[in-house]
Amino acid sequence: MIEEKKVLTRHVGVPGMEKVDAYMNDGGYKGLKNALDKKPQDIIEEVKKSFLRGRGGAGFPTGFKWSFIPKEKTKPHYIICNADEGEPGTFKDRVIMENDPLLLIEGMTIAGYALQCDMGFIYIRGEFRKIAEKLETAIENARNANLLGKNILGKGFNFDILVMRGAGAYICGEETALIESLEGKRGEPRMKPPFPAVEGLYKCPTIVNNVETLACIPIIMQSNGKSFKDMGTFQSAGTKLYGISGHVNNPGVYEYPMGTNLKDLIEQAAGGVKDGKKLKAVIPGGLSAPILKADEIDLDMDFDACIKAGTMLGSGGVIVMDETTSIPEVAKSTIDFFVHESCGQCTPCREGLHKIQETLTKMMAGEGDENSLKTIFKIAKTIKGTTLCPLGDAGAMALEAMVTKFRDEFEALNK
Amino acid sequence: MKMQIELNNRKLEAESGETILSVAKRAGINIPTLCYLEHLKPAGRCRICVVEVDGRKDLVPSCSFPVSDGMKIHTHSPRVLEARKNLIELMLANHPDDCLYCNRNSNCDLRQLADQLGVRERELVHVEPHFEIDNSSPSLVRDPNKCILCGKCVRVCEEIQGVAAIELLGRGFESFVGVENNKNLATSRCINCGQCILACPTGALTEKSQIQDVIDALNDPEKYVVVQHAPAISVTLAEEFGVEAGIDVDGAMVAALRRMGFDKVFDTSFTADLTIMEEGSELVSRIVNGGKLPMLTSCSPGWIKFVEQFYPDFTGNLSTCKSPQQMMGAIIKRIFAQREDIDPAKIFSVSIMPCTAKKFEAGRPEMGENGIQDVDVVLTTRELGRLLRMYGIDIRNIEPEQADSPFGERTTAGKIFGATGGVMEAALRTGYYLVTGELMEHLEITPVRGLDGIKESKIKVGDLELGVAVASSLSKARILLDEVKKGRSDLHFIEVMTCPGGCVAGGGQPIGTNVDKIKARSQALYKLDDSETMRMSHENPSVKKLYEDYLGKPLSEKSHHLLHTHYEKRPI
Ligand SMILES: Cc1cc2nc3c(=O)[nH]c(=O)nc-3n(C[C@H](O)[C@H](O)[C@H](O)COP(=O)(O)O)c2cc1C
Ligand code: SF4
Ligand code: SF4
Ligand code: SF4
Ligand code: SF4
Repeated sequence: MIEEKKVLTRHVGVPGMEKVDAYMNDGGYKGLKNALDKKPQDIIEEVKKSFLRGRGGAGFPTGFKWSFIPKEKTKPHYIICNADEGEPGTFKDRVIMENDPLLLIEGMTIAGYALQCDMGFIYIRGEFRKIAEKLETAIENARNANLLGKNILGKGFNFDILVMRGAGAYICGEETALIESLEGKRGEPRMKPPFPAVEGLYKCPTIVNNVETLACIPIIMQSNGKSFKDMGTFQSAGTKLYGISGHVNNPGVYEYPMGTNLKDLIEQAAGGVKDGKKLKAVIPGGLSAPILKADEIDLDMDFDACIKAGTMLGSGGVIVMDETTSIPEVAKSTIDFFVHESCGQCTPCREGLHKIQETLTKMMAGEGDENSLKTIFKIAKTIKGTTLCPLGDAGAMALEAMVTKFRDEFEALNK
Repeated sequence: MKMQIELNNRKLEAESGETILSVAKRAGINIPTLCYLEHLKPAGRCRICVVEVDGRKDLVPSCSFPVSDGMKIHTHSPRVLEARKNLIELMLANHPDDCLYCNRNSNCDLRQLADQLGVRERELVHVEPHFEIDNSSPSLVRDPNKCILCGKCVRVCEEIQGVAAIELLGRGFESFVGVENNKNLATSRCINCGQCILACPTGALTEKSQIQDVIDALNDPEKYVVVQHAPAISVTLAEEFGVEAGIDVDGAMVAALRRMGFDKVFDTSFTADLTIMEEGSELVSRIVNGGKLPMLTSCSPGWIKFVEQFYPDFTGNLSTCKSPQQMMGAIIKRIFAQREDIDPAKIFSVSIMPCTAKKFEAGRPEMGENGIQDVDVVLTTRELGRLLRMYGIDIRNIEPEQADSPFGERTTAGKIFGATGGVMEAALRTGYYLVTGELMEHLEITPVRGLDGIKESKIKVGDLELGVAVASSLSKARILLDEVKKGRSDLHFIEVMTCPGGCVAGGGQPIGTNVDKIKARSQALYKLDDSETMRMSHENPSVKKLYEDYLGKPLSEKSHHLLHTHYEKRPI
């Protein structure tokens, strides 16, 4: 039996956690107090030791990312919390923000101190109006308790947080597009390098981290990096919020040690496939992650194992599909999503995804021919590795995996 | 810092911070680009310049990707070539099959790349053209169907010209270049400079062609067809015939124009000299009589519309002189016609200009009299090239001839009008003489030469220290005007050329924005200036005679009526 490990979700269902007293009574702000007694550099080292990897999708080691911030401060520094949560199949960040807003705020404050930031921003998905208001209340509460603002806890550190609501485009979750959007421009990804840590918001050093990533920071600072690491499985560090949806008996967000087996998650945490049907396929990490067949789900859900299996842990949004599912239908809605969300800057994504969509649409209308699949493969290959940001790549890989693994269903369309 | 890299298995030295594209260029390796613009920040949109770097899974855009020590790069590996070819195929799948009819079919980057990469059949299903063509402007035509969304035009318009008339609108596959609020070019703030055309890799942006009007006039026995050619045409026309940049073909061009059947061939450099007489006198008069300063040059029509739109408070600073084109136009229909006893209504006045904004200028209502416009049709250098080819005339192979007299004679002061700083230099040569009665010791005023965006100098003229500045491109003009707005008061005279580099790089010139070519073209003008003896506008005998016979003296009432104009605030 796998066992749930409630660390980031320990306050789920507990009301009033936006109040400083309630949060503090349960160990809150211990992490910040510890942190403010340390040098910023030592915090970065501690985060490195925790082996925390970014929960926004790419799994980039957080401490390593933080170390790119210039040591000598010549300009303002910024920390941005990416709360855009736009990846289809993903609904974990909202659980943290709704139930434990001060956990995120504490994490950002520690990050702000470690990275010598002047200001933090929470860029939150436009639809999350209620949650944004809750965050603002929590920020106000923290400010009143001298946990934000000037001279925090009398330690001479000044820092504040602003909540900014997003414009409703999936691409604005990509960190550089997010920065453009924060600057009031069209949300379009920038080229990297330069990376945001060197040239980010208003050309100043900026770190963008996911909600869940930042929520791990107080946990690390309450004790130390090593104990955080030990919460994970043998290979991986910390816990992970897995959002399980689709054809399962108990859809929801579950927190387990990082690296928990996918099959166990589906069968035990989510109660197995609904109505006793057979499993057909699983998308393990949000719509961008390449699909897995039923016989591929004996898989440790961490970054490296997923890559080895030809897919991605991504956001940890597990989408379960039973035997009644038509994969071409899934492919169609997937490509529709990516075409709709492409910003249009670069040729392969703008033209290529549309061409895949066109081809698939024809196939589904019975107008495909033997060249249709060839076209899809050819374009997916062109897109992969040539796009300006990962969106185009993700769309191409997701489609390619569906067509490759369920080829017979697609070929049947042409008969 | 120097570093060692390997480019296509060749060891090379590179500077840290240098991009792969720049190293490759130095090594003589041509990496194709469609959205890259020299001197502007790379955009990374087209992805054609991708290359393979050992140890990286994805391909990287060479236009922006910096080299690092030990990097191993492959610019034309099988994977790279396949990616490039497929990208071009994707562009073509959303592009009309119009090459046979396209204005740019002889110099289209997209078409050339398709050829180079071996695209020989249409594998992908074609999207039918579905955008409306914007024909509204007197200067430009926009065909969004041929646009590959490289974004160059948008960046040039905003970053170099400071106008931002066109934008990338829509998202994803619905993206297009257009004018905000569903306006068209004519109702936009476009100042008609045509710089976007020079940058465009395809036929999506072209000049509004008026070739047919000229052919019709030449074929009409009732019409007396006169042509003038601007100072910068003779040093660029040859490029339209595949000759390298910087070759002057003035005489051959005159001969060619006669062969085509033009009744008279005049040189706009003549009225450039005349402009100097009028504008130089105006500057002196403003200084002596406390007129509005700094005085701003008025020969570049894109700039005029720019001031009328964005800096209406400065319209009073603009010299009231018409541009040389319009001075010549007025002289042809109002003096020449009278002298030769020809009905002005029968004269068809053509001008060959390096500029698309001149098409707009010729149509301004104040540029005519009694319902007759002074200039009927403006052709760009590119259109002249096309017309000559149509008439089977090869500029490389024709005996040179002289322009018609009078109004065909020029000094080299009038000729250097074609380069940024040239108007200033010509004006100073003559202004100095007008004020002091003496000649400048050195006629070459080097601080105002060259391709820098803003050039300044202080020139001693008699007792006065004259502050002068030259701006090339409108983003640079903005900088100077904003300084003056904030109270800067040491400048008396500012030359502004709309196009970066001056008329040699005008929006009507051969396609491209290559800086070396622009340099070679200006060099050709300065070479003429070095090699000839008449180098000051006031020495032009025909200009002198025009004053004696007709105008009296500069700024006379007749001059004012014929050669000067006025400006108005334009809403944006
Ligand atoms: C198209 C696209 C959408 C993204 N959307 C999100 C998002 O909604 N939330 C998020 O945290 N990261 C998102 N990311 C990842 C971010 O670019 C960035 O890597 C992440 O915020 C970094 O945080 P981390 O290091 O904590 O993972 C997205 C990336 C792409 C390419
Ligand atoms: S890959 Fe797609 S979303 Fe990303 S920059 Fe290119 S067009 Fe925009
Ligand atoms: S723009 Fe180029 S590819 Fe397109 S029709 Fe014209 S010549 Fe052909
Ligand atoms: S002609 Fe000049 S002003 Fe008009 S759109 Fe092109 S670059 Fe902009
Ligand atoms: S109009 Fe020309 S320059 Fe402008 S984006 Fe399209 S192809 Fe590029």
